[in-house]
Amino acid sequence: MIPRPKPERFRLRRTMMFMNAQKPGLIKDAYIYGVDSIMLDLEDAVAENQKDAARFSLYHALKTIDYGDTEVIVRINGLDTPHWQEDIRVCVAGGADGIRIAKCESAQDVLTVEKAVEAAEKEFGVEVGRTLLMAALESPKGILNAYEICAASPRMFGVAISGGDFRKCMQTKPTASGIDMVTARGMMLIAARAVGIQCFDTVFTDLDDMEGFINETKQNKEMGFDGKSLINPKQIRPVHEIFAPTEKEVMQAELMVRAFREAAAQGIGVFTVNGKMVDVAFIPGAERTLKLAKACGMYEGDLV
Amino acid sequence: MIIEKSAVAGTLESSDAQVTVEPAENGIELEISSSVMNQYGRQIKATVLETLDRLDVKNGRVTVVDKGALDCTLKARVECAVFRSCGQSDKNIPWGGAIK
Repeated sequence: MIPRPKPERFRLRRTMMFMNAQKPGLIKDAYIYGVDSIMLDLEDAVAENQKDAARFSLYHALKTIDYGDTEVIVRINGLDTPHWQEDIRVCVAGGADGIRIAKCESAQDVLTVEKAVEAAEKEFGVEVGRTLLMAALESPKGILNAYEICAASPRMFGVAISGGDFRKCMQTKPTASGIDMVTARGMMLIAARAVGIQCFDTVFTDLDDMEGFINETKQNKEMGFDGKSLINPKQIRPVHEIFAPTEKEVMQAELMVRAFREAAAQGIGVFTVNGKMVDVAFIPGAERTLKLAKACGMYEGDLV
Repeated sequence: MIIEKSAVAGTLESSDAQVTVEPAENGIELEISSSVMNQYGRQIKATVLETLDRLDVKNGRVTVVDKGALDCTLKARVECAVFRSCGQSDKNIPWGGAIK
């Protein structure tokens, strides 16, 4: 049994890779890829008549495999299926770091899941509040209710848009420019930032179109996403490269944080670094850049 | 648990195992075939018997076709087959109890 540390609500989540919970042969190597989070799937990747078998596999995969620093999230079946309650029991009993709520459309959906999670935590002697939640918004209704969904529970660490189902509802197809989803992505991002949680983009399903994948990822970064959902290990490295800060950004951030701490110790609130005004408002962003830089192996200092 | 009817769990894909359980009356009859029989045959047998013991299965014919499954996969397949044979695989599984 590999005990997992208490999940962190806010951590680096640039990449979140889907894996079929039915296939421990794949899962056992997950940490090698260097992905930030893995998403073990009980939903669409598992055939309807194998939902039971997938849970037994998942339980042992959670309990026996050492994932190291890789976060382990489980995507459960929708609330309109007969599966989600047992899915939650197995996630909590197995000690998953978090649960992804599929097809989430309202704050009530989050509360329904949260109630079942809390009951499972009590049943299996897990610390109440340990299991984190995230929601996948897959419909126009989900997007319109993004704010209330994000704010529904202190367990919520993020929201993700799910392109396949969303485009189906909107009667659109993926476009190179991203115009088909720009409004939905933007609305979800604003809601997530208003509440102060993370926001993740959908998967890119054409594995042969790396250029399209890279362009979409660049747009994700420019729009303000924290990370992207992936379906294949070969998509990990490009995302990490695109989300990495530049060396100049890292140096600037380091200077700012150091100068701010020194200034604050002397009772100074606003000052300049390389000719640019800096005050407390810049510091969380600079610290985030340093954390990102550390994860990318670009910063080895002790400021974060 | 009592094996009430035949049930199967798992596939013949690489790194998996297919486990079939059938009702029987005189203890456990275990048949194993594996692509790694020489190296891991004993380990596979021990894991299957240990899992059946934890589920308190006293009688049954158990057939394992192993394709290089990890121990945790093997356990999951045996457990699922037994729970399916009793029609109890869908809910209220004793996670952390008989399943561990």
